[in-house]
Amino acid sequence: MAHPVTPVSPPLKDELDIVIPTIRNLDFLEMWRPFFQHYHLIIVQDGDPTKTIRVPDGFDYELFNRNDVNRVLGPKASCISFKDSACRCFGFLVSKKKYIFTIDDDCFVAKDPSGKEINALAQHIQNLLTPSTPFFFNTLYDPYREGADFVRGYPFSMREGAPTAISHGLWLNIPDYDAPTQLVKPLERNSRYVDAVMTIPKGTLFPMCGMNLGFNRELIGPAMYFGLMGDGQPIGRYDDMWAGWCAKVICDHLNLGVKTGLPYIWHSKASNPFVNLKKEYKGIYWQEEIIPFFQSIVLPKECTTVQNCYIELSKKVKEKLGSIDPYFQKLGDAMVTWIEAWEELNPPAQAAQSTGVKKEEPSTKAK
Amino acid sequence: MSQANIEKSEIDIVIGALHSDLTAFMNEWKPVFSQFHLIVVKDPDLSAELLIPEGFNLDVYTKSDIDRVVGSATSILFSGYSCRYFGYLVSRKKYIISVDDDCVPARDNNGSLVDAVAQHITNLTTPATPFFFNTLYDPYCKGADFVRGYPFSLRSGVTCALSCGLWLNLADYDAPTQALKPEQRNSRYVDAVLTVPARSLMPVSGINIAFSRELLGPALIPALRLAGEGKLRWETVEDVWSGMCAKVICDHLGLGVKTGLPYVWRNERGNAIESLRKEWEGVKLMEEVVPFFQSVRLPESAITAEDCVVEMAKAVKEQLGQSDPMFARAAEVMVEWVKLWKKVGSS
Repeated sequence: MAHPVTPVSPPLKDELDIVIPTIRNLDFLEMWRPFFQHYHLIIVQDGDPTKTIRVPDGFDYELFNRNDVNRVLGPKASCISFKDSACRCFGFLVSKKKYIFTIDDDCFVAKDPSGKEINALAQHIQNLLTPSTPFFFNTLYDPYREGADFVRGYPFSMREGAPTAISHGLWLNIPDYDAPTQLVKPLERNSRYVDAVMTIPKGTLFPMCGMNLGFNRELIGPAMYFGLMGDGQPIGRYDDMWAGWCAKVICDHLNLGVKTGLPYIWHSKASNPFVNLKKEYKGIYWQEEIIPFFQSIVLPKECTTVQNCYIELSKKVKEKLGSIDPYFQKLGDAMVTWIEAWEELNPPAQAAQSTGVKKEEPSTKAK
Repeated sequence: MSQANIEKSEIDIVIGALHSDLTAFMNEWKPVFSQFHLIVVKDPDLSAELLIPEGFNLDVYTKSDIDRVVGSATSILFSGYSCRYFGYLVSRKKYIISVDDDCVPARDNNGSLVDAVAQHITNLTTPATPFFFNTLYDPYCKGADFVRGYPFSLRSGVTCALSCGLWLNLADYDAPTQALKPEQRNSRYVDAVLTVPARSLMPVSGINIAFSRELLGPALIPALRLAGEGKLRWETVEDVWSGMCAKVICDHLGLGVKTGLPYVWRNERGNAIESLRKEWEGVKLMEEVVPFFQSVRLPESAITAEDCVVEMAKAVKEQLGQSDPMFARAAEVMVEWVKLWKKVGSS
């Protein structure tokens, strides 16, 4: 496999962690090597902790299995899901970096229409380092992109935009459909390359997929909790959705931006739609009530930090969604536990000093 | 097959002629336009005779027609780009498609000619999804769908009343932007149609637009005219004003607005630096109106586009009329327009 020339200095090399949840293997990293090699990886191993997951040579990484999660969090480990990719948010918690890029282990490097391999990480970084435009929709999409700008009629007072908190990438090949859609269209593949990045307007919710996602941990980290899913829970495949709805409401309240569009990755594995249906089943009904709940939330002006907003959200979840199912009481509590864990692992003094210990040698376990 | 035929007879293509020689324009669009009825409205300020090639099914309206239909005692001015609104008024069709006379068909990424009319019609006859953002854009498009996490109850969407297309080559930038980047041309073909979410405002460009006249007709109005308005898009804001009103009205009536495909190719024209002088007023004005449009709420009793325009006019007069006579005049025009629409526009 050809290896492109290594860039002189990969952008945000010491400020970004790549978080990868896995239960299978990390073979996919070989294809990403040219783009990921210089970045620190946080592997969150789901499922059986006695299984050894081999990390390809030459990567600088920490690997956490369930035993590590329990060790690091103690009783608070209850908020981290088991047997669900929701466990990835543990990686967000323990990271000491400003930015996170998270990707699934069945996502590979895609090619753009010219045949060139897409450096998804570089695009996410570009998205996160340029402003968003949530207050007014620009019909030529991201005005900060090369070759684009604000169109006639776009208010000048809004052209500085807002800081970008989240960069939501897309997928070629297997699209991120729910189980019913997968059952009806098992052969549909996404072959449309839409050459755009755009800001999702303030006040509008969206389904956030965790497969190919970047975010500014300093701006929105505490809101990126992926909920209680998987083993022992009545629901699955709504982890990223939940994080996305919470995060978007908070971004809107704090005037932060969320972008969607490029980069594309190549999603190779279609999960079993019947298995998915069982996991999603309750979610399909519950989301009909959950969405109006999120659409109507008004966070108080006094909530000026992400943590405060999130705690406030957790109260509302218990109050308004608790009647749908006792699950939401548990979820509301878990949201609080998450914030407590976040505060413990990311105390303000440490946050101000920013970068933590940088490991040069590959390591097998976090100390 | 009959579905397509019915739709052809339900469409008018309205062209505002700001140039007298439409030969090249019409010939370039012939493959697309020849199957439809066209309404060509000549800018009343244009003195030269219109040159239109053979082979089209069209009606031409000039200053004398405008004067006859509208009468002389009116504050509505149809000069410049506003001439096309006269076409909207006299059309009897369900759908209107309108492109500027300095635009020609674009080519897509495969090199094929873009049938802008067909794409606009597809946009207007498939639902819009303003209440929740679909990350794979238009879910009704072949090869796409709603993504995981999209609420099922919102998947039938709402009727799309307005379709805003885009432009390759000369994008619709304002004069300062184009003056700062004189070489910048739009070469990026973004293969997507998407719904602009409810309560989000956007700049609607009149360069390449289509709408349901039946549902939204009266809401597109030549209301805001700059003192120094000129014959280049850089020197106008009539479509931006009209578009903001239309978006608020669509949001209120539960109708959708789409943006994206189709593209048209916009020819080189004009000098941005020269236009800067004329458009400056518009730039300042638009800053003032944004908070108004973001907060205006129409009463529940307004259930048609006409009702909504009347209510918008009241709100404009009350909230903006004091700050600049231009707004007071815009409100007047909006009220007159509804009267005119009821008299002339309703079949």
